[in-house]
Amino acid sequence: MITVSHLHKRFRGHGRTPVIALDDVSLTVGRGDAVGLVGESGSGKSTLLRCLMRLERPDEGSIEYAGQDVARLHGRGLVAYRRGVQMVFQDPMGSLNPMMSVGSIVAEGLRIHNRRRGSRARTARVGELLELVGLNPDHADRHPAAFSGGQRQRIAIARALAVEPDVLVCDEPVSALDVSVQAQILNLLQDMRSTLGLSLLFIAHDLAVVRYLCEDIYVLKQGRVVEHASREDLFRAPAHEYTRQLLAALPSHAGLRPVNQYALPPQQKLES
Amino acid sequence: MSELLEVRDLCISVVANDGARTLLVDTVSFSIDAGERVALVGESGSGKSLTARALLGLDRQMELDGSIRFKGTELVGMPERELRKIRGSGIGMVFQDPLSALNPLMTIGDQVTAPLRAAGVSRHAAWERARRTLEELGVGDAESRMHAYPHQFSGGMRQRVVIAIALISEPELLVADEPTTALDVRVQAQVLRLLAEIADARGLAVLFITHDVGVVGELARRVEVMYAGTTVERGSVEAFFRSPAHPYTRGLLSAVPRLDDDSRLLSMAGAPPAPASRPSGCVFSPRCPYATERCRDDRPALHLTAARAEVACHYSPVEAEVPA
Repeated sequence: MITVSHLHKRFRGHGRTPVIALDDVSLTVGRGDAVGLVGESGSGKSTLLRCLMRLERPDEGSIEYAGQDVARLHGRGLVAYRRGVQMVFQDPMGSLNPMMSVGSIVAEGLRIHNRRRGSRARTARVGELLELVGLNPDHADRHPAAFSGGQRQRIAIARALAVEPDVLVCDEPVSALDVSVQAQILNLLQDMRSTLGLSLLFIAHDLAVVRYLCEDIYVLKQGRVVEHASREDLFRAPAHEYTRQLLAALPSHAGLRPVNQYALPPQQKLES
Repeated sequence: MSELLEVRDLCISVVANDGARTLLVDTVSFSIDAGERVALVGESGSGKSLTARALLGLDRQMELDGSIRFKGTELVGMPERELRKIRGSGIGMVFQDPLSALNPLMTIGDQVTAPLRAAGVSRHAAWERARRTLEELGVGDAESRMHAYPHQFSGGMRQRVVIAIALISEPELLVADEPTTALDVRVQAQVLRLLAEIADARGLAVLFITHDVGVVGELARRVEVMYAGTTVERGSVEAFFRSPAHPYTRGLLSAVPRLDDDSRLLSMAGAPPAPASRPSGCVFSPRCPYATERCRDDRPALHLTAARAEVACHYSPVEAEVPA
């Protein structure tokens, strides 16, 4: 679906030596794949995202979507790209317009991309989408402020799914959320991927979270991909020293699991 | 070991302009012995940060009830002037975001020495102690870096500076409110290990506030779990991880992705209640899969479990059979 080849991006400061944000980055997101991108601050994650969203123009290299060069898209082709690749941001409060009702936030993409003609058809679709992400469709006329952090992230996901994208790009979608809510959103993303056949590009600093969702993982450090491996290989035999450091920094989870006699009740009762 | 800090029946409430009172922290009690490291674990809105800040008398607009005794001295209702003597020299505090805790216009040296200078220590002696403290915290070439400004430091180094400010007056208790949340994973691990080493070396007691159950064991020996303004469970770190008794604690631990387990995460439905709409019975009952009529009517008090932990649940699995 998305092929990033040999992407380079430098930023020039005030007469100083340029900062190399991306240095020969290549990655592929195939149809239905879940690809994870791990990196600390300064790794180039955000620059890569901004290039993907065409907010930044790469110096060299290309991004292809469905066989076309994203940098050269215009007109209908660009509209198709903007529909096909949707984003979920880290901070749901910052990415939802506080003045708009949740219904109109979710319907906006439908209107722009003409996915549903007529307000009645759109309202019906908004109801479906809210239900899909686990929200009450009757709350469509409420504003983002009336929802909790996790519910807001559900709204952001519903908005992204509204235009039936092929790829969902998630930038640290759970790092602003409380632990108990994180699990809800991670499970929701996993369900959406399997029921809708979405591709997922998931950006996070938390290796355990990336491991939970992604089969294919890239480790980014100072603008370079230092390791690309399957989930199994990366966690069983990390090849790069930096990956090993990241793994070593994870808190030891030994004994973290409650022993069996305290096993939780049947899943359906806990799942939201 | 002697009791360093004793918090008894602490209630924190906020009073709105129209006189409406909202209870944010509801009858919380705990104690910390000298040299002991305790984690206060909870999600946002649980009251963990408010409780920690109350120990230093921050948030003066809040109404405090109950008692906070530090080395036998009552801190609730203490005048600001006397509280200032306790802050720093008795209880030090480290905040989450090192950039906003530091003054961008002052050199690192001036900021680290400020607490000593305020206490009347000579400039020369204060500078020397600041250098030693920074070195203890792994800031290399401290002598020259004390002339630098915060923006010249990385996030991890800034947090070491903030810790140095908190430790330079040699407090007996350090309150660390999410001290590593803003840091990268590798740096977070370094800073927590460093804090543990220093606490061991100095016999320093630490109250470690965190939402991240994964890092609890890096620093603390004992855990207090807070939910919706109340303590729902307390016990050793081992009991917390191996035999969590409260349904909330178990839900919290099951909601964390693990490296050695591929099964689906069990997520608790719903979200914590807003302070104004907390149930009168067990605060967790609206989200609890085991909740019964009794839970909704009657708030359980903390009581001992077989694992020598304390839990506030009518149906703690150690005490009784969980109803089907």
